[in-house]
Amino acid sequence: MKFWSSVAAIAWKDVLSELRTREIIFSVLVFAVLVLVIFNFAFDLSPDLMLQIAPGILWVAFAFSGVLALNRAFIPEREENCLEGLMGCPVGREAIYVGKALGSLFFMVLVEAVILPVFALLFNIAVLQPELIVVTLLATIGFVAVGTIFSALAVNTRAREMVLPILFLPVVSPVIIAAVKASAISLNGQSWGDMTIWLAIILAFDIIYLTVPFLVFPYVVEE
Amino acid sequence: MPPAVETSGLVKSFGHYTALRGIDLKVPVGSTLAVFGPNGAGKTTLIKILASIMRPTSGKILIEGLELKDNAEMLRTRLGLVAHQSYLYGNLSAWENLDFYARMYGVEDRSRRIGELLDLVNMTGRKHDRLSTFSRGMQQRMALARALLHKPSILLLDEPETGLDQQALGAMWDIIKREEAGRRTIIFTSHSFERALAVCDDVVILERGRIAFKAQACTLNLGGLKQKYQECTAVVEK
Repeated sequence: MKFWSSVAAIAWKDVLSELRTREIIFSVLVFAVLVLVIFNFAFDLSPDLMLQIAPGILWVAFAFSGVLALNRAFIPEREENCLEGLMGCPVGREAIYVGKALGSLFFMVLVEAVILPVFALLFNIAVLQPELIVVTLLATIGFVAVGTIFSALAVNTRAREMVLPILFLPVVSPVIIAAVKASAISLNGQSWGDMTIWLAIILAFDIIYLTVPFLVFPYVVEE
Repeated sequence: MPPAVETSGLVKSFGHYTALRGIDLKVPVGSTLAVFGPNGAGKTTLIKILASIMRPTSGKILIEGLELKDNAEMLRTRLGLVAHQSYLYGNLSAWENLDFYARMYGVEDRSRRIGELLDLVNMTGRKHDRLSTFSRGMQQRMALARALLHKPSILLLDEPETGLDQQALGAMWDIIKREEAGRRTIIFTSHSFERALAVCDDVVILERGRIAFKAQACTLNLGGLKQKYQECTAVVEK
């Protein structure tokens, strides 16, 4: 109970802080929409061909805007050394990890909820499909789960804007690849059965990405 | 009654650098210990280890008779820490900051306790203002309020006077003493001999991670303490 109330307090604190400044949401949204607009002008393809490359464009926008958001995730904890303040609280370090990850997940889902309609509008593709929404949510969970720990690692490095993508993107690439494949199946109107293998891959990596960072986070923040 | 804080053979290394080299301390319940030492002597490391923010490389720490290593989460409810930085969020208001930490510490009747502390540190009038708009002195008062939220029985202060003027310093010690009413154990690091001697019961001088001098404050005067400090730090220079 104490664990989850602390997790909720940390996630709520991050949401409240972001609502004040809107630093992450605005910058990430502008970046993601810009990516979609550039790709929209770059490719002038038939609807069939567009369906083949659209999932890749969508996940380029999600992944790079996600990196931008995760880069900022631990900045408030670095200012005034608030991470130490959290570490002095009577909760396990794991609660800090889960709270921060939930806060980042909220921002990512919010940004994705805006990007998807923009994507639909620009590329004339129907996105209101349960399959696509499930794939997006599952892949975002894995993305944020592993991204949060890399964000904590990178925050105290001098070139954190470079360090995070260099460390993080190779590790999270299985999830992104599986998400692109599953999204393509969904956008092509195929059934759940056709994407089982890709959903299984995303789920397996979600479990790994939630478990390992949960276990190693205490060592990351203490050493 | 076991001592409030007891350490034995406390060592902390960062790679090849050893910040603490076998610290043995015994701080009785309700007493105030002042820790002096030049920069790099290990004062902040000691405070962070006692606050269980940092793990020692070796050695044992007992807080009120319980081993810190095995009971860290529970014992953190008994520890309050004021560090160099405020540990408060600039984008949140004074009230929101205290409310956040009150939830983290599981403080009961949060609103009443936060109101009490804002009164105590004389910040009630600014409770809805963001921390980023506060002066250094105000932030330090808020940091003290944060550290006292959960009524810790042991208060750890790492150079709490940093950035405060003489008046603010006096007010801070007044707040600490008023709230604890003699029951709280306090360990603080300082560079201000005069101020520290006025409030502490025991004195320790650290040099290069070792205790170079230990005495009861009542056996020392200001001149004597300064002389001891010079002797201890002169050893470092040689």
